[in-house]
Amino acid sequence: MLAVKYLSKQFEGLVAVKELNFDIQEGEILAIIGPNGAGKSTVFNLLTGTLKPTAGKVFIHDEDITGLKPYQIVKKGVARTFQTTSLFDQLRVIDNMLIGCKWRTRLGFWNTLFHTPGWKSQHDQAVQSALETLDFLGLADKALAFIPTLSQEEQKRLAIGVALVSKPKLLLLDEPTGGLIREETERIAQFIKSVREQGTTVCIIEHKMQMIMGMADRILVLNYGQKIAEGSPDDIKSNQAVIEAYLGGEAHA
Amino acid sequence: MITKPIHTKLLYGFILLAALLLPLYAPDPYMFQVIIMSLIFAIAVLAMNLIIGFTGQASLAHAAFFGFGAYGVAIMTKAGISFWLALPAAASISALLGLVIGPPALRTRGSYFAIVTLAFGVIVWIVAGNWVQVTGGHNGIFGIPRPTPIPIPFLGEIEFFEQTAQYYLVLAFLLLTLFIMHRLVYSVFGLTFMAIRNNEPLADAVGINTFTTKLIAFVTANFFAGLAGGLYVAIIGAVSPSVASHMLTFNFLIFLILGGMATLTGPVVGAFAIPILMEWLQELGHFRMLFFGVLLIVTIIYFPRGLVGGIRQLNQKIADWRQTKS
Repeated sequence: MLAVKYLSKQFEGLVAVKELNFDIQEGEILAIIGPNGAGKSTVFNLLTGTLKPTAGKVFIHDEDITGLKPYQIVKKGVARTFQTTSLFDQLRVIDNMLIGCKWRTRLGFWNTLFHTPGWKSQHDQAVQSALETLDFLGLADKALAFIPTLSQEEQKRLAIGVALVSKPKLLLLDEPTGGLIREETERIAQFIKSVREQGTTVCIIEHKMQMIMGMADRILVLNYGQKIAEGSPDDIKSNQAVIEAYLGGEAHA
Repeated sequence: MITKPIHTKLLYGFILLAALLLPLYAPDPYMFQVIIMSLIFAIAVLAMNLIIGFTGQASLAHAAFFGFGAYGVAIMTKAGISFWLALPAAASISALLGLVIGPPALRTRGSYFAIVTLAFGVIVWIVAGNWVQVTGGHNGIFGIPRPTPIPIPFLGEIEFFEQTAQYYLVLAFLLLTLFIMHRLVYSVFGLTFMAIRNNEPLADAVGINTFTTKLIAFVTANFFAGLAGGLYVAIIGAVSPSVASHMLTFNFLIFLILGGMATLTGPVVGAFAIPILMEWLQELGHFRMLFFGVLLIVTIIYFPRGLVGGIRQLNQKIADWRQTKS
């Protein structure tokens, strides 16, 4: 569904991503791994329009989306989360969700000002899908809570929820379990699998090998902005280049 | 979306009643005039609150747009156009100028946006003081007609020479502004303003066109600033460049900060309480500014959400205390 062709990004003298090619298949969980500074998050930022690539193109369903703004790319069905948990922390949980599904509605300035006939049903629909997603996240009872009162794990979950509420086709998760303990990580992993079962394709950046190996259908390994390996978890485990670059002893742990 | 508890509703009802009956117990014409001006400033500060308080973009050109409204109504009514046409026209011109200034200004962020808008405000003030043919220069424009009387069948007409009629006119516009602001802010659409204030990159990443949303907030704020300016000249009957000066912007900003940002009651409380407090402290002369300086610093440090925010905090603490006791 998503294709990346010869994607490159250069910051001043530093080459962050170099001639990267890969595809994301409909319905899979693709993991992107690599040592710190390998360019994983930069790839996400290039896919979602946060950064403009120096060269190369990104296609979604054969449509060129290179150079579009982030809010335009969301409308093509690609949602993302950030590496550091990013929420609207001055607002309540339900407000975060409503903001997430706003673009799908026609709740704009004039409709809101005049409460046009469609406004009420649009509004109710937005609240409905916000509540449904909260239910799916297991946060239904926290709808009116403020963000700082949530636990780390709940915040991470909610951050995924804010991306998920507009029903994207592809969900990009940047280290969704960073800073969580093992039980919490397992719960999030379980949750991501259920997201995929609902029909959303998932692309995930992770550091926790055990979790990735058990979850991903395919793994893409980056080092110094270049793809050094791509394949099933078993292929990656036994790939010499990967072991040298990154996994080391961890692969056998 | 937030249903207010019954005692809050009762309080608002009581305040509305008190406002409607105010002409019956207004102490003296001078104080009454101060109150009428406060209500006009409340409209301007509510508008400022939309762009600064809710959207988080520190527009310091607010008085310039107040000035556009003021000069607009002054020039148009002097030319014989009815006040009822001139007022929306002047407010629309103010909004339109916001639409012109907004796109280049909103390319900057944070303090840069504040500097750009402040500079624009100063330019408008200088132009108002020097474009003698149009604005009358530093002397301004005098003898601006009062709002055109409203004819009422069988009963004659409502004229606006009396303070009481002027008061109700301004109160009606303040209530209209509050109604519209309430609708905009407490909605899914309004949440997008707060989303931008809170976390712009995330807002962008969840499909909000942050630039357009900021522009809408800016233009709407300027519309109501223009409206307030138009009302101001029609009541005062004269206009001078000081209505467009950055000093007025900072007055609005003080009302906003002391009253409480990002609440709907804050701007009204600020615009109402501060000028009246100023009058009470009249005998202190220039020393009263010292008092306000200290008040401002204390507020910013201890009550970042202003008087209204402070009261809410207190309310919450009392509620918590009650809960732990029971």
